[in-house]
Amino acid sequence: MIVSMIRVTVNGDARRFDGPLDVAGLLARLDCKGKKVAVERNGEIVPRSAHGSTLIADGDRLEVVVAVGGG
Amino acid sequence: MKDSLVVAGSSYGSRLLVGTGKYRDFAQTRAAVEASGAQIVTVAIRRTNIGQNPGEPSLLEALPPSKYTYLPNTAGCYNAADAVRTLRLARELLDGHDLVKLEVLGDPHTLYPNMPETLKAAQQLVREDFKVMVYCSDDPIQAQMLEAAGCVAVMPLASLIGSGMGILNPWNLQLVIDKVKVPVLVDAGVGTASDAAIAMELGCDGVLMNTAIAAARDPVLMAKAMKKAVEAGREAFLAGRMPKKLYSAAPSSPTEGTISPSQSKAA
Repeated sequence: MIVSMIRVTVNGDARRFDGPLDVAGLLARLDCKGKKVAVERNGEIVPRSAHGSTLIADGDRLEVVVAVGGG
Repeated sequence: MKDSLVVAGSSYGSRLLVGTGKYRDFAQTRAAVEASGAQIVTVAIRRTNIGQNPGEPSLLEALPPSKYTYLPNTAGCYNAADAVRTLRLARELLDGHDLVKLEVLGDPHTLYPNMPETLKAAQQLVREDFKVMVYCSDDPIQAQMLEAAGCVAVMPLASLIGSGMGILNPWNLQLVIDKVKVPVLVDAGVGTASDAAIAMELGCDGVLMNTAIAAARDPVLMAKAMKKAVEAGREAFLAGRMPKKLYSAAPSSPTEGTISPSQSKAA
């Protein structure tokens, strides 16, 4: 299997991962497994049901968010 | 008949909505929210701290969404596009929950709302089937435009966010209340219990506050006070206050039968 390096931006920070990688795999590597989060990829929501089937591509911009206290 | 706040077809016994920010910890957040009797709580959507201990408590555990109606906000957004993106993320995060608080700020110092961007975001969110409660200026025409855009509630400021300055322009609030049919909630500016009572006495349908409770010396006690103030103000509004007049020639006690008849005639 060819392992390719994927460069992505997660929450504004540049990161590198070994590919191929889907959103579920990315969340696991970010220690977000089991945490209630929502994911946006290149400006589009990735529904939870699609985390396992959405592949991350080189250059993707991802946002991983949670609910926090606020007014 | 029960006097409920009805927003987007759902009824709420409490007319006090509270924010969940600025508390010492989640235990204090929960204690204050419980004391306030609020059923709707606002939350913010933020980037997760990557690398944070996954076992760390979360707001969702402290205030279970099964018990409270979450109102995700767009605090910190300065344009319509960011606000819409934030609420799409919120809907995904909260499993399709579509009741949201839209706020688009215009200035980081005053946190005064940017109304053109707010209206633009409201229109887009309504197209996407969100139920939008919208933070706005206390301009009755803007409020009408937001209502026409399909917002389910308008939430004018009483004074600036976090200022605690109270109800600075009751006349404009009155105009907003008179001009729109959707619920009107004061959002921002309340500092203490009497401010909340005044808002409700004017005929507001509810009050949303965060700092007034969280920044009190004893937040839980202030939350209790706010609950009573909102209830008292609502009841006073429903009861219909007496007209104001500078003086009255009608004392509350009988004018006849006093032991000094000559004076009672003079009164």
